[in-house]
Amino acid sequence: MAATEKLPVTGAGPFNSVLTWIDQRFPLVSMWKEHLAEYYAPKNFNFWYYFGSLALLVLVIQIVTGIFLTMNYKPDASLAFASVEFIMREVPWGWLIRYMHSTGASAFFICVYLHMFRGLLYGSYRKPRELLWIFGMFIFLCLMAEAFFGYLLPWGQMSYWGAQVIVNLFAAIPFIGPDLAIWIRGDYVISDATLNRFFAFHVIAIPLVLLGLVVVHLLALHEVGSNNPDGIEIKKNKDPKTGIPLDGIPFHPFYTVKDIFGVAVFLLVFAVIVFFAPEVGGYFLEYNNFIPADPLKTPPHIAPVWYFTPFYSILRANTINFFWVDAKVWGVIAMGISVMAFFLLPWLDRSPARSIRYRGPIFKGALAVFVVCFLILGYLGTLGVTEGRTLLAQVCTIVYFLFFILMPWYTAIDKCKPEPERVTK
Amino acid sequence: MMRKLPGMLAPARLVAALAAAAILAASLVVRAQEAEIRLERAPIDVRDVASLQSGARLFVNYCLNCHSASLMRYNRLRDLDLTDRQIIDNLMFSATKVGEMMNIAMTRKDAAAWFGPAPDLSVIARSRGSDWLWSYLRGFYRDAKSPTGWNNTVFPGVGMPNVLWQLQGQRALKEELEKGGGKEEHVGGAKPPKFETTVPGTLSPPEFDAQVRDLVAFMTWMADPNQVLRKQVGVWVLFFLAVLVALTYALYKEYWKDVH
Amino acid sequence: MSDRSEVNTKRRNILIATGCAGGVAGVATVVPFVASMMPSERAKALGAPIEVDIAYLAPGEMVRVEWRGQPVWILHRTKEMLADIKADDSKVADPKSERKPDELTPEYARNEYRSRKPEFLVVVGICTHLGCSPTDRLKAEPEPFDPDWKGGFYCPCHGSLFDLAGRVYKNKPAPDNLRVPPYAYLTDTKLLIGEDKKA
Repeated sequence: MAATEKLPVTGAGPFNSVLTWIDQRFPLVSMWKEHLAEYYAPKNFNFWYYFGSLALLVLVIQIVTGIFLTMNYKPDASLAFASVEFIMREVPWGWLIRYMHSTGASAFFICVYLHMFRGLLYGSYRKPRELLWIFGMFIFLCLMAEAFFGYLLPWGQMSYWGAQVIVNLFAAIPFIGPDLAIWIRGDYVISDATLNRFFAFHVIAIPLVLLGLVVVHLLALHEVGSNNPDGIEIKKNKDPKTGIPLDGIPFHPFYTVKDIFGVAVFLLVFAVIVFFAPEVGGYFLEYNNFIPADPLKTPPHIAPVWYFTPFYSILRANTINFFWVDAKVWGVIAMGISVMAFFLLPWLDRSPARSIRYRGPIFKGALAVFVVCFLILGYLGTLGVTEGRTLLAQVCTIVYFLFFILMPWYTAIDKCKPEPERVTK
Repeated sequence: MMRKLPGMLAPARLVAALAAAAILAASLVVRAQEAEIRLERAPIDVRDVASLQSGARLFVNYCLNCHSASLMRYNRLRDLDLTDRQIIDNLMFSATKVGEMMNIAMTRKDAAAWFGPAPDLSVIARSRGSDWLWSYLRGFYRDAKSPTGWNNTVFPGVGMPNVLWQLQGQRALKEELEKGGGKEEHVGGAKPPKFETTVPGTLSPPEFDAQVRDLVAFMTWMADPNQVLRKQVGVWVLFFLAVLVALTYALYKEYWKDVH
Repeated sequence: MSDRSEVNTKRRNILIATGCAGGVAGVATVVPFVASMMPSERAKALGAPIEVDIAYLAPGEMVRVEWRGQPVWILHRTKEMLADIKADDSKVADPKSERKPDELTPEYARNEYRSRKPEFLVVVGICTHLGCSPTDRLKAEPEPFDPDWKGGFYCPCHGSLFDLAGRVYKNKPAPDNLRVPPYAYLTDTKLLIGEDKKA
């Protein structure tokens, strides 16, 4: 058969003969070539291109630290809080593993948000990368679910009441809401039943789905090839003899070596946080979560963790009952749409130019305003409610949605610059 | 002719500048309506072992009667340069083995019945903060209207009496607590509350402050006993990672010098 | 273009340096994770030595205590029992406790009675065959498994027999004598099980 007729890997020696043996039975060498040594990526990747590989690194960190945490964590409402403190105090180096996991959760969102922003900057969601973008959006949804389920596990006050509020969102759905909420909780309130099932989701179900999604995300990327800061297709200019894109360089060794440098810098920042400021002023590890969950007493300010705050702000900004639908329901709908809107980007964007470098001033302004609104909404989400803040949140919410709703119009009329033939620095 | 682009970070720089300006503006609007209880900076040093030992003694004598610290093991006090013998002889009243947890002297039920549920103090310094504890323990004053006879400027209406009253003495609040706007109470506003000593305690105010400092230092240490080791390890890790950054950068440049 | 061989050397050197640094980083990362699987403080506290008061243990009586999740027997031996131990020398497989001394018989127990003081036997009550806890047959009377029984322990799982010094009989499934745990006398009437040296 073809397998046994494969040529041996060049070079002599025992390493190569083992490699040949494997390669005759498993597409090792061809995978290596297709995805690393002969995967030609544009040579002009910049700072914004580090975050994909960093997100993958953080996924590995979370899984490894998560496994070791699971060795000592007890998913029982009466034992959970104490078991986390047990890990912090009594398991050798347990405190390090715990802080790596808590910092990693926030680091994951930082990397993913910056990774998505790169997509907005350079039009990485445009044809033919729509499916790549969709897989990425599913990864983002799974990540949010993973963080939500994981946050209940320490069973602190924020854990408990945050879960209570979010599950009650589902209760707001007309007709099926209340029963749905009971089904999710497994009880009439957040309880031990809820904790155990969230543990199962957080430790097994979603990580498996995430791993599968990351694989298809990378496969989809390699199928069409990477975008680049100039937004042009490097496959359009190939060397006539070799068929290799003129502006392409093999991922290995060029981007493996560059990404390793990126990893080193990331680990430096990561270590500063883990060893010197793991709480980050209460944003990575919230102060209220050092109080064991008390179903009878709600803390004065419930806020979700920082990475959910923009969407939480949008939820809270809905205070008006439209038609016969409660403001509460509009809030849930608005929050849902605010995330789902990203799925539609490949079809909303009608600009002839892909990258922001060649787009007109309207899109640049729109994107800048969108980012500012996102950040303001995020900050507002960490604070309590006042009239002034609600008004500001409502304004920012409207601008947020307009960014998407008006996009087909303003991207079409925008005056773009001509895109270059070959990549620039 | 290709115009030189302003650099890869141009869009990012613009966005960052706008974002910073917007957040600054928003925060000014937003901050204006915040009212806070005034807290003083706790002058503690968790690396001062003598202070922590003194704090441990105060904690066991004054706090463990009603509160538990059920996540804290007595033998962890070895980290404070105490031997097992010293721990057993001086610091253990309701436990027999040094490997036991610092549980409350009375049962939970009795405690709840007599004083209302007193929270576990194992990680209180992480939830309330050291500054809060420092201000709270020094904020008690006599109040005839309260069930315990005591009130507190940091935690009005608290169910805990001033357990340190013998050391601090008794005092009354000189200024009325201002009630602002009906929405949120300002406690003393921008000025610190003024007290008048009615019965002096066994310690002078600076001596009392020193004791409270030790107690708060101990509770801060107890909430996170690994914090000193963590920072020590961190220094080495950062040093090593800096070397790694330099090496990986050199490697990256070496490979990329031929790419144009 | 730079000289090819010069470039390769420089590249190789940086690669080696970075590789080594990476290796060190890898080891340094693995160490805390592996260490975290060692017994925690709680396990060590639960496994801490226990004190046993033997003032009220009458001759011929035995008390069972738990140490590290295992049964530990303390038997107050009578003069007859001590004499019977000598008589059993030919019946037991390892009369001088020469097998696996570091595991089973600490220095102070390497004597004919396998204990610090002859009157008190301290052994871990777990059969050295497959881990059942033998029953005590302390009286010197005929038994179904031995008409000439002088007293000792009988394991119901597979029939192993041990004498009053915890020594295993010949031709039984169990290969070894019962383990003598680390222990010490705090006072004449107080034992510390789990530690050789006094606290």
